[in-house]
Amino acid sequence: MFINFFYLLRSYGVPVSITEWMSLMEALSHGMAFSSLYGFYCLARAVLVKSETHYDRYDLAFHHCFKGIETPDELTERALKWLENALPALRISPEERKLFQEWDLDELRRQLEERLREQKEQHHGGGKWIGTGGTSPFGHSGYHPAGVRLGGESVNKSAVKVAAERKFRGFRADETIGVRQFEVALRKLRQLSSKVEGPKDELDIDETIQSTADKGGMLQLVWSRARKNTVKLALIMDSGGSMVPHTRICSQLFSAVNRATHFKDLKFFYFHNCIYEHIFLDPVCHLRNSLKTEDFLRVLGPEYKIVFVGDASMAPSELTMVGGAIDWNMSNNEPGIVWLHRIAAHFNHIVWLNPIPAEYWRWTEGAYTIALIKNIIPMFELTLEGMDSAIKKLKAKK
Amino acid sequence: MQQIHNLFTGTKDYIASADLQNSVNIAAALGRPLLIKGEPGTGKTMLARSIAEGLKKQLFIWNIKSTTKAKDGLYIYDTVQRLYDSQFGDHDVSDIRHYIKLGKLGEAFISSEQVVVLIDEIDKADIEFPNDLLWELDIMSFDIPETGETITARHRPIVVITSNAEKELPDAFLRRCIFHYISFPDEDMMAEIVRVHHPDLEKKLLEEALKAFYWVRSINGLQKKPSTSELLDWVQALVVGGISPEKICNELPFLGVLIKKDRDFYAVLQRLNSQGMQRKTSTPGLLR
Repeated sequence: MFINFFYLLRSYGVPVSITEWMSLMEALSHGMAFSSLYGFYCLARAVLVKSETHYDRYDLAFHHCFKGIETPDELTERALKWLENALPALRISPEERKLFQEWDLDELRRQLEERLREQKEQHHGGGKWIGTGGTSPFGHSGYHPAGVRLGGESVNKSAVKVAAERKFRGFRADETIGVRQFEVALRKLRQLSSKVEGPKDELDIDETIQSTADKGGMLQLVWSRARKNTVKLALIMDSGGSMVPHTRICSQLFSAVNRATHFKDLKFFYFHNCIYEHIFLDPVCHLRNSLKTEDFLRVLGPEYKIVFVGDASMAPSELTMVGGAIDWNMSNNEPGIVWLHRIAAHFNHIVWLNPIPAEYWRWTEGAYTIALIKNIIPMFELTLEGMDSAIKKLKAKK
Repeated sequence: MQQIHNLFTGTKDYIASADLQNSVNIAAALGRPLLIKGEPGTGKTMLARSIAEGLKKQLFIWNIKSTTKAKDGLYIYDTVQRLYDSQFGDHDVSDIRHYIKLGKLGEAFISSEQVVVLIDEIDKADIEFPNDLLWELDIMSFDIPETGETITARHRPIVVITSNAEKELPDAFLRRCIFHYISFPDEDMMAEIVRVHHPDLEKKLLEEALKAFYWVRSINGLQKKPSTSELLDWVQALVVGGISPEKICNELPFLGVLIKKDRDFYAVLQRLNSQGMQRKTSTPGLLR
């Protein structure tokens, strides 16, 4: 039953498992969908979808699968509720049921399209136009028993149309992200091991036994420290002109990283298009406030996790030629690509986050340099999903 | 499978949307934990109280902290106390059961009737925490190796778990949950919520307050958007302060109740002074 919906969900990228599908079947056999498509919409979403970031995909898949199937059952259900509310004891007779089923949906939809074409403005009350509070079949908060609801709150929502509203679009994980979501993503970046700092609040059983025995049986408790995150992170950001369109997202990332308190050490560096002999300490990228890249490699041990943020788009010469640096006063004796190789070789964990969506990497202006850099440093797009993969990469052993 | 006799429909001081009611009833009927996510201040924690009250069941709250371990919710074996007692010999230390204390989940299991358990802010704990609870939540039973006892739930409790998405929950855990995301209430729903808490509120005041509230939320780049609980406090402040409705949108009195961060505070004031309160056309809360 609905098995095509299962595969459709998976093809839309909602990770549904057999376990969840079986739960849904169990729920359906208990009548938890309340015999309506909207009930089924809620039920299936609650059981199958486990993250608000997948709600939008679910809506799309649902719309795809059930488009055009607006069950008359639902209308009956609606009428039933309506009647129940009015006179609780009243049972609906088959004749009455038929009355509501006779509202032809195709006809209704055709009329709606027609009226959408005719109607140019808001309209509330009355019996014909799309609006609220009237007896027209179109709109919401009205009293037409077989109407088509358009937006608005209703207990008896039409499921397909709710799905079509796509109100969870804003939560998609592949949309570019806000500060908090960055923070959440960054929290995953941790590595517990050292026992050098923090309060001693864990009972060390072995030591306790040892020291109690040493004291001839007088109980001597020994406490040890809990484990702490040892991740050291360095964020290296491009502040070149081509990054201007991405300023907003980069500053969000910056503030998220800055606010993250769980890193053992956190450093920020800047570069202009590519890295050469110097790496800068502020976004102005002036020699006055810079560090020799050699020194940078000396100061930061290989245990630092390096995150480059940049569009990796530049003139090929900037990357591959001696003297190719974009700033006139920056003569470089080695091409940028050599420096990138050097940095990539020095650190154990290194990724590149690119604010340009991955699907454009092959077509954008900077495609050539993106391809070159991507070969040296694993590149991910700057979205929540890209960030997740990047962090997985950072955690994995090289 | 347990039969749920009465369905959850919200309580008089907690307005639950139809979706949410559905999810609660599905979770209760299937005997699965209900995982609730949503923006801070959308009433995730209040939901469990409301379920308990609505279905007239006892509520056990297990507050999760960063140091909480999964076992703490089942039982605690107080080794240290036992060791100390053995030192002084004034307690019977031979019976280990004196030193086994049941946690919130354990208590819920042995309760003589069905109860509601709230596992609050599960994402505060260590990343492995949910995995450690998988089995116990699935079969609603656990062993106490120290005494050889097995505690099995007499009635499957209704388990509500809240999460602020600070940490990702493991897939295996998610598969066993019913999931619901509480989206931020729209203006009509919010008006209803406020009215529940302040039944005698002047209509004009409520309208103006909501207008101002959604305007503030629509400002881009706020570090922390005000949420329902802040709105309720603010309305309270407006009422106590005797502010006239006309002033609300022009002056935003007691803004400190709504906005908790310095930078946001100035951003809002600046926006108010430069542009006044012009609402954008986009739906606040859903689009970022």
